Amino acid sequence: MFDVEKVREDFPILQETVYGKRLVYLDNGATTQRPRRVIEKMDEYYYRYNSNVHRGVHYLSNRCTDANEEARAIVRRFIHAASDKEIIFTRGTTEGMNLVAYSFGEAFIGQGDEILVTEMEHHADIVPWQMLCERKGAVLKVVPFRDNGELDMEAFDHLLTERVKMVGVAYVSNVLGTVNPVAEIIAKAHAVGAKVVVDGAQAIQHIPVDVQALDCDFFVFSGHKIYGPTGVGVLYGKEHLLEKMPPWQGGGEMIKEVRFEKTTYNELPFKFEAGTPDFIGIIGLGEALKYVEDLGLREIAAYEHGLLEYAMERVREVPGMRIFGEAAMKSSVISFALGDIHHSDTGILLDKQGIAVRTGQLCAEPTMRHYGVTGMVRASLAMYNTREEIDLLCEGLHKVAKMFGMK
Amino acid sequence: MKTIQEIENEIIEEFAIYDDWMDKYAYLIEIGNDLPGMDEVHKTEDNLIQGCQSRVWFHAEMKDGRLWFTADSDAIITKGIAGLLVRVFSGQKPEDIVHADLRFIDEIGLTQHLSPTRSNGLLSMVKQIKMYALAAVAKEQQNQ
Repeated sequence: MFDVEKVREDFPILQETVYGKRLVYLDNGATTQRPRRVIEKMDEYYYRYNSNVHRGVHYLSNRCTDANEEARAIVRRFIHAASDKEIIFTRGTTEGMNLVAYSFGEAFIGQGDEILVTEMEHHADIVPWQMLCERKGAVLKVVPFRDNGELDMEAFDHLLTERVKMVGVAYVSNVLGTVNPVAEIIAKAHAVGAKVVVDGAQAIQHIPVDVQALDCDFFVFSGHKIYGPTGVGVLYGKEHLLEKMPPWQGGGEMIKEVRFEKTTYNELPFKFEAGTPDFIGIIGLGEALKYVEDLGLREIAAYEHGLLEYAMERVREVPGMRIFGEAAMKSSVISFALGDIHHSDTGILLDKQGIAVRTGQLCAEPTMRHYGVTGMVRASLAMYNTREEIDLLCEGLHKVAKMFGMK
Repeated sequence: MKTIQEIENEIIEEFAIYDDWMDKYAYLIEIGNDLPGMDEVHKTEDNLIQGCQSRVWFHAEMKDGRLWFTADSDAIITKGIAGLLVRVFSGQKPEDIVHADLRFIDEIGLTQHLSPTRSNGLLSMVKQIKMYALAAVAKEQQNQ
């Protein structure tokens, strides 16, 4: 049984106050907080074991190497990958996306090929493809979404031709909260010979992921969005594809032999991990995933689903409320506008009441354009949020509305 | 004409009666609502101050050796902050503007809006105003 009060005790930061007010942290889409055991695990490694991985002959180095590789195995287990070789550590979702766009692009994308993304993508799933298109003379096509936040699957079917070599899609939209039908998209893409990269940044902490069942070719996510540290992330790729892709950064670790005449590359996953990785971050990420496993992602998802339903209901009651994204399948993100009040005004005034939300374009300008707005306010939930905090958010919004003379 | 320092002191006094953040911001909203805004023709790219979250424009005109500012923003709190700056600087001599230390920003607790990446771009506004003043000073010297 998921006990939110007990979970909250694991997160020291949730006890903080800001401006003398109790902190209500609703910016989890940007980054989640870390539980004590992640912080302590990383501390322990800094205090007792810090030493570079994969090349030392000594005790400390071996200890860190083992922990680094154990974290890889935890990730593999967590997303149900077939092999540790398919788990590449990155700096985060953005780097994973760039790695795929660059390296897959080098190997498989040519003049006139098409890349398909959706209108609701985060910039990290748009810009790397634009850069690839510029390099290779490929063409970026966009699947639109409907005003309720659901992908236009008819348009997808129409745009998905045999010219498409890669589809990039967010599992969960960071603005609309829409849970996209990735399994269907993957199956259809494969039917025309296209590969699919799933942006899992907003899904990994909310939805149990099985990359083999999904059959996605690539899956990327960030550690800090699932209660782990910043600066580490994961790229999952199918082994046979990763094998055919060239390395994208050269240096230490990723090589087998270096001769001035010719250098040969290391095997997977190290081929894609040039230089010293953030191994203590990686160890922290492993600990975060174990923590989530211990709580049970299915139990977490069930709790979060109830919380989201409650939040949508309550937020909708606020006068002048306009919610962006009302998809039938929706995850823990609520983006909105409060009357005509500028999003930054709403954000500043919530902040002064101790409530942390995100405002602005949310790294998704095309989504803003879709609705003709310059920005939004976003409350994004995590497993440690409570109904009481939703009530505080709504009280805060009422107060803001009142300050602007709204009824 | 009051000096920059005198106006700053006035503002500090006005804000001193509020010890709650929400009241301070309610006052900023009031100032924002009261600021007349500016001629649409002056809402140009040149007058636009780049900030990530809200758009804010500053226009400057030189008259009788003094600089006169108008400002506008699509966000009210930003407009209120812009209104404070207009109140402090409008009608002042360029060289006084260049040398103003803007103690009031810190005193009324707006320093947190000063960092370069902050949403309402107070720092950019101040920079822009000082740039206008510097340009005016340079022009005066050229004419002498």
